[in-house]
Amino acid sequence: MAKVVKNTPSEERLEVLKTYKIYVGGQFPRTESGRFYIATNKKNEKLANVCQCSRKDFRDAVGSARGAFGGWAGRAAMNRGQILYRIAEMLEGRKAQFVDELMKQNSTEAKAVEEVNLAIDRLIYYSGWCDKFQQMASTVNPVASSHFNFSAPEPTGVVAIIAPQENALIGLVSVIAACIAGGNTCVVLASSSMPLCAVTFGEVLNSSDVPGGVVNILTGSVSELAPFFADHMDVNAVLYCDKDAAVKTLIREKSALNLKRAFMYDKMDWFSDEAQSPYFILDLQETKTTWHPIENIGGAKAGY
Amino acid sequence: MAKEKDNTLRLKFDSSRNLAPALESRSAAKIDSKYDLFINGKFEKPDSKKYFDTINPADEEKLSEVAEANEADVDKAVKAARNAYDKTWKKMPAKERAKYIYRIARIMQEKARELAIIETLDAGKPIRESRDFDIPMAANHFFYYAGWADKLEYAFPNRKANSLGVAGQIIPWNFPLLMAAWKIAPALATGNTVVLKASETTPLTAMKLAEIIQEADLPPGVVNILTGAGTTGAAIVNHPDVNKIAFTGSTEVGKIIQRAIAGTDKKATLELGGKAANIIFEDAPLDQAVEGVINGIFFNQGHVCCAGSRLFVQESVFDEVIRKIKDRLESLIVGNPLDKNTDIGAINSRAQLDTIHKYIKIGINEGGEMFESSCALPSKGFYCRPTIFTNVSQSSRISQEEIFGPVLAIQSFRTDDEVIEKANNTPYGLSAGVWTDKGSKIFNLTTKLRAGVVWANTFNKFDPTSPFGGYKESGFGREGGLHGLSPYVHLGSY
Repeated sequence: MAKVVKNTPSEERLEVLKTYKIYVGGQFPRTESGRFYIATNKKNEKLANVCQCSRKDFRDAVGSARGAFGGWAGRAAMNRGQILYRIAEMLEGRKAQFVDELMKQNSTEAKAVEEVNLAIDRLIYYSGWCDKFQQMASTVNPVASSHFNFSAPEPTGVVAIIAPQENALIGLVSVIAACIAGGNTCVVLASSSMPLCAVTFGEVLNSSDVPGGVVNILTGSVSELAPFFADHMDVNAVLYCDKDAAVKTLIREKSALNLKRAFMYDKMDWFSDEAQSPYFILDLQETKTTWHPIENIGGAKAGY
Repeated sequence: MAKEKDNTLRLKFDSSRNLAPALESRSAAKIDSKYDLFINGKFEKPDSKKYFDTINPADEEKLSEVAEANEADVDKAVKAARNAYDKTWKKMPAKERAKYIYRIARIMQEKARELAIIETLDAGKPIRESRDFDIPMAANHFFYYAGWADKLEYAFPNRKANSLGVAGQIIPWNFPLLMAAWKIAPALATGNTVVLKASETTPLTAMKLAEIIQEADLPPGVVNILTGAGTTGAAIVNHPDVNKIAFTGSTEVGKIIQRAIAGTDKKATLELGGKAANIIFEDAPLDQAVEGVINGIFFNQGHVCCAGSRLFVQESVFDEVIRKIKDRLESLIVGNPLDKNTDIGAINSRAQLDTIHKYIKIGINEGGEMFESSCALPSKGFYCRPTIFTNVSQSSRISQEEIFGPVLAIQSFRTDDEVIEKANNTPYGLSAGVWTDKGSKIFNLTTKLRAGVVWANTFNKFDPTSPFGGYKESGFGREGGLHGLSPYVHLGSY
């Protein structure tokens, strides 16, 4: 696991600190606002200067997500599955870095290892669903008239996600994976107090053949950004993964503006098996029903 | 009456259109001089002490030799599979099982080129087909079923999907690695262990798969791969500790298997022969339809159980379609399977070539009008010109029996009813094709055709997510998709 290698006096070397930026449209810009906040852990140690994203950052990110939606939704489901699997491969390779960051953000080593392992497995779990949830959720409907009638899920569009705030990695990965497995694109606001893994996860996504704009990760304050998440007219669904009753009400109310699908994942234990299921994918799907006539001429029957 | 003006383009073949050879290199593939049996995670010498040659049907040169598994070898493999089932595989958390299967898929993808070359060498199929179809589709099958391993409760709502135990699997020579994938992937995903027998004429990619399985570090005995002929297969079918038989091959052998296991509780999946009807209506886009017909019958030299080997053309477009087919036939490149230009490679074996020739004679004797491409054939190896028959009747043997080669029997029809009757008038029911611009007609036909797969304005399409299998004497059970899981489970309550 990640152990900090202490430099011996003879080879003194200054550590290079990482700049934690946001991930938008497949790039790592700073917030357009130029603002920052200092994320700290429970020991009150400074973690990093983190981007304090603005409404404009969110709007830019929605633009990226919308731009990426057609291509991502249009990909073969199996191809999305391969890409989610690739994310898992990349995360596995960078396990040590995530364990290190989780430990900086209040986790014990054992718990951190468990969390990263679970995040990898969850990505593989959703990788598998990419080309299977349709088979579970589709139907051929035996209508009485002479029509071939079937219903199948389609991604709802751009999803704005306020990630779990009390958890740095597994919650974030769970909601992103379910969202993009179904062909949606998203803008995610990371945990304000524990933003390190979210930014680093952006780097994992960026090296995993995930097209730019499919996942956009912002850092900043929930109370400042939640209203914009809920009232942006080009967002199709909003997920809120925290417990603040006032924010929940606000999101539900503002969602009515353009009939966003609003989901509250506020009582979730992200470490449990309950936090993974195809129903999270289906929350973010529309059902499309197609009618097609069946010609019924002649007397031939399927008699043989 | 003045002759109607014909504005359609005619292909001309009088100019030189020889393409320079574009040979795939054999150096990217490593074939050992000899392969043992893959039992319990190791390559073991056969109890029979016998080996037999596997040759390249394109030039009749020996490629390697493989072991002949006898009853004792089969018993050893079944014991290994049983042991692995009881001690490891059955108890393993499903998501860990999934990861092993994903590994197989990934390593297959990494070694795709080598596998494609070996498949072409051993089976005679064009490198373009092994490279672009067989190998990627095989890897995708593993990838797809890997994902199901920990999701079975969603495939069988309100029932617990229990594994069966040891699956005995016997595969044919037409898509050697792909058939291995179709068999092994769903069996593993549902928690069974496997004893698989590769075909005697195409064992090499199965042995390469054994190496991949070893490399993926699968627990020993979870997959065992044997080589041998019919007696080896019979030993697997008759072994008392096998719980499930999955067989792809001829209807004749399928019936023997069904009888052989009649007194046991063995569950079976049989993917057997076919005599698919490909139906062209007058409103079909004819060039596209002709392309589909050509692909339907000549894909993989016609060694395809779902090949569109009977063509029905509506009378009003019959002459035009026949001319287009003949033109297209002349443009097909028959030759070295390793050449990337090749459309039709080598017939899999001398025995199969003899069968095809026998049927061509029968067709002629029955009064059929034969037309074959005028192409030259290589002097060595097993080759057959793409061949069509017109003036064929419903009762002709070439329109009743499965030839499994590049021979198409063509008939005409007038009405929808007539063609439905004709198309269904066969003991087989694996697949069918419908060519028309009218969607409602397609659905009329798909409703009435008694076949497990119906392709509309396309043919020979396969996907890991799409179930495949036959009606009637084409067998039972489905492979692929959600439906491909149920042959490998028995359902219990929670």
